[in-house]
Amino acid sequence: MGNCSNEHRGTSFSASAASLSNPLICSSINTFFFLDKYIFSQKSCDGKNIGTYSTASLLALSIIDLCETFYCHLGVNVPDHAMTFRSLCNLLQDSVTPFVVSVHAKECAGVYFCISTLTIRIIGLLQKSTQVFPQRTESLTNSDFPQSLPVVVIFKDFEAFNSQVLQDFILICSRYTQELPFIFIFGIATSPSAIQHRLPHSVSSLLCIEVFHSLSCTQHLASVFDKLILNSQFPFKLSSRVIQVLVGIFLYHDFSVQNFVKGLQFSMLEHFKSQPLSMLCCQKQEALLSAKTLSKKNVERIRHLPSFMRYVETQEPQEQVRLLTNDEHVKEVCQKLLKNLHKYHKNYYPILQCLHSLTSSLPKFPLGKHIRELHVSCIEKNLWETEEYDSALQLLRILAKDELVAALRKCAEILKSTKILQNVLQQLEDFIGRLEALEEDSSGNGIISGKMEYQKTDLFQLQKTLLEKESRRTKRMNPFEVLRSQVIEFIDSLVREYLTPAELQPLNEVCYYSSSGVLRQRLNVTPRTSIQAALSHPFYYLQNESLKTDAGTISSAAPDLCIVYKLHLECGRLINLYDWLEAFLTVMSAAEDQDTNSEDARFIQAVSEMEFLGFIKSTKQKTDHVARLTWGGC
Amino acid sequence: MSHQKSFQYADLLSVLERVVDIMSAPDQYSYPSVFIYGHRATGKSHVVLSIMKDLELPHASVDCVECVSSGLLFHQVLSAFFGPDAAALLPRCPSLSDFVRLYKQMSSNSPATQTRYIILDRAERMRDMDFSLLPALLRLQELVNDNVTVILLSEIVWEKFRPNTGCFEPLLFHFPDYSKGKSLVQILSWDHHPSYTPELYASYINILLGVFFSVCRDLRELRHLAVLNFSKFCEPLEKGEAKESDIHKLWKNIEPHLQRAMQTVYLREVSSVQWEQQQMDEKEATTLRVLSAHAHIELPYYSKFLLIAAYLASFNPARTDRRFFLKSHGKIRKTNFLKKHEKTSNHLLGPKPFPLDRLMAIFYSVVDSRVAPTASVFSQISSLVTLQLLSQVGHDDQLDSPKYKCSVSLDFILAISRCVCVCVRLLDLLALSLVIQSQVVRQERSLFTAVSNLHLL
Repeated sequence: MGNCSNEHRGTSFSASAASLSNPLICSSINTFFFLDKYIFSQKSCDGKNIGTYSTASLLALSIIDLCETFYCHLGVNVPDHAMTFRSLCNLLQDSVTPFVVSVHAKECAGVYFCISTLTIRIIGLLQKSTQVFPQRTESLTNSDFPQSLPVVVIFKDFEAFNSQVLQDFILICSRYTQELPFIFIFGIATSPSAIQHRLPHSVSSLLCIEVFHSLSCTQHLASVFDKLILNSQFPFKLSSRVIQVLVGIFLYHDFSVQNFVKGLQFSMLEHFKSQPLSMLCCQKQEALLSAKTLSKKNVERIRHLPSFMRYVETQEPQEQVRLLTNDEHVKEVCQKLLKNLHKYHKNYYPILQCLHSLTSSLPKFPLGKHIRELHVSCIEKNLWETEEYDSALQLLRILAKDELVAALRKCAEILKSTKILQNVLQQLEDFIGRLEALEEDSSGNGIISGKMEYQKTDLFQLQKTLLEKESRRTKRMNPFEVLRSQVIEFIDSLVREYLTPAELQPLNEVCYYSSSGVLRQRLNVTPRTSIQAALSHPFYYLQNESLKTDAGTISSAAPDLCIVYKLHLECGRLINLYDWLEAFLTVMSAAEDQDTNSEDARFIQAVSEMEFLGFIKSTKQKTDHVARLTWGGC
Repeated sequence: MSHQKSFQYADLLSVLERVVDIMSAPDQYSYPSVFIYGHRATGKSHVVLSIMKDLELPHASVDCVECVSSGLLFHQVLSAFFGPDAAALLPRCPSLSDFVRLYKQMSSNSPATQTRYIILDRAERMRDMDFSLLPALLRLQELVNDNVTVILLSEIVWEKFRPNTGCFEPLLFHFPDYSKGKSLVQILSWDHHPSYTPELYASYINILLGVFFSVCRDLRELRHLAVLNFSKFCEPLEKGEAKESDIHKLWKNIEPHLQRAMQTVYLREVSSVQWEQQQMDEKEATTLRVLSAHAHIELPYYSKFLLIAAYLASFNPARTDRRFFLKSHGKIRKTNFLKKHEKTSNHLLGPKPFPLDRLMAIFYSVVDSRVAPTASVFSQISSLVTLQLLSQVGHDDQLDSPKYKCSVSLDFILAISRCVCVCVRLLDLLALSLVIQSQVVRQERSLFTAVSNLHLL
């Protein structure tokens, strides 16, 4: 149910999102999302077909009739699968055969239904392509059906199929495989062994199976993250809490990338709806242009932004006065701050990637395994004040030379591809060059340290010499160690300069959507809490001034159902209907003249509505009593 | 094709003589019904159909799997004998009498000059159809008054077919299994490779049968495997490392390979193409990948906990929940804590159904953090049902307190709980201690205290 409503909401929003100022996001969401899957399905179909045909003909010689079968092993997320199969279906129709039919377990309660849906769809496709009108199943198999083209049948949800139906269907298809080649594609969400659980060997031996694995959901999420959130091209950003909510829904509840993208679209929509200053959330040039022409109201709004107020406090007193009084000046400053914000973003992401590439190979992942964790902690607080960061630097300080060089090279690659921060890149390459130049010197050091003087010593002397050696080592680092600590210092300075928390940037509210509470309420709905909220605080949903009450009192203006609900909270497990009615009448009598007859009827109606909502049920334990089904409240 | 057929004739000579005897006088009335049974791939349909083809007898061959209704069967028979126009005369939902009437009408127009044969493959499916269909088909000759014989092919013996009310007894034939020593080796040796001697191929077949005969007697499957693995067998010969006479060396080379093939190809985990590619690579990594994929399953975090909770609910008695999942359970006397019948292993009894409320209550106590009862938690239950990790007991339409059963094994649950957290692992152990019943109550007690300590922490 939750999925369903989410999906519905999501589609209606994606349509409206396109009409908003950010067509970039929408288009990219649609295009990139299936890039990986396209590649995967390309591999699965085109590459293999030629190979399998040759074996199919070989096997046909040796009487075994095999229907070729592909498993697609996908993770457990139903909404994504539909999309994957749709794109796979289109791809197959374009490149392999026009006869691609996908069936759903719900349509195949019996073999008859299965075959009839299949036939109807194939006839539909056939009419589209060749204008032939076969009348029945058998005439279809014998008709002038294009011989060479196979019929591809996609079973979207293999687990949900009745196994008997599937067995019969495969047996029937295997009879006709000489005249009409079949290819089955099973979508399996659990594990490939499911096929052995569903099909007996006599049936599965008719199949020639290949297994394909889709990427895991977390990998998909990572690519979505890379392309949408860790990208300076999108002006729209999410705050750390919002990211945590979205990722939490993904990891804890559904594993669905599609729902994640919908959550992203939803938060974008909320942002543009709730924050009037989001008009500045667009590409740099447009933002500067609209900052020049800010209305008086919006200038006032800017002044009230917490981040702007913080900025004002750091300025000189006369500058502060100007900022608070002169609108034109605010506009100019605003432009400057917007430029800074864009620059901050431009520098932030490459450095973040560098830091991630440096720390992701460390043992135990002190800064998180995924870049999203690092990103969340960076925009939330000062990263360099955390313990994790310290321990990560500690670990970096003991890296061996080849590891360090490799990590730095990776960073240099990242910086090279972005084409900004050229001075940082210069410095990095300089470091790499110096590290490599050390090659010869360090080998000399090793020989010296290897030379040991063996003397007869007692325990005390040994301890002393060891201590001396220890202290000498800490005092005199070899050139590599010196250079390494310089490198670490350099990285640390980079982090301090560029990875400042976004929430401290002036005007960050323009780009960052931060109301995680709203998002959680909308995307991760709790039906029961909302029913309870509606019943105990009718004002919350109805927004009628007369319904505003203090806690604990029962207003007679509230709907009957709410009054009855509040009264029933005071009762025990069994509720005496007469007492309940009396209490109801007492509450109602506070209001003006009403005839009692209609109040009885209203009470009965409210009680039956309570029963319908599942709060009470009739009981035979006591006459005139109903039983409560919920706990607490008494 | 022809040599193979002649061989099968030779093998089943006694049976075939009788079969052919029946069919040898096509202008005379034949026996009304013939029942042929034998295991898979013993050549029943092949023999019958090739006799039909060779002797050019009029026949209708119907696979009973296709006949979801008897109407389809009638349709196919009529269209094979009298053409599609006759079949089109059948009413929309034809009954047996419609079929007989139409058949009579058609056969009076074109009376049979030769015996007509109706061949029903996989006849065991007929038992699920209308109960009067099988007895009627057995004496179809009498009913339609035409020279027609019904041949039933089945993997099941005739005794399982006989209806309660009795029926006309068909002529019974049995196609015997191929014996390992003689016939299988001989049949498989028919398709030897032209570039190698038949003797070599025969010895290869002997090795192959040594590995696979214990699990598979299906001729088709064996031929498939033989073709698949022969190139590997010949590898040392092509490289010049061995001669054709070094049977032992060749055996050493192919034996582990065949064992691996039994684990993967035979179970259809990989296709023959993938198998051949793996042979090319000859890397252990690829096989490892396939095997690891076998056990792996990806589930969202709460789904894992839901599954664990479902397992605990399914295998623990409901009375014990209070004790296991409550922080401050009352003191329960040890001696009568478990009733006698509960001490028998719950694993032997299988999973028990539990209501949704109980599942959710256990779920909330098992998850270490606070979980809101969101709609997506409930939708995960239904998606677990779709994946058949849980199964719903009773009818799907039951909206009010539906009941479920956990349908996964203990190993699966252990694997899942290992990756969520330690506390659950302990709880699980606890369930184990109850389930396996090997431990005495005192040991359980210590485990309970350990768990409750953890809860307090």
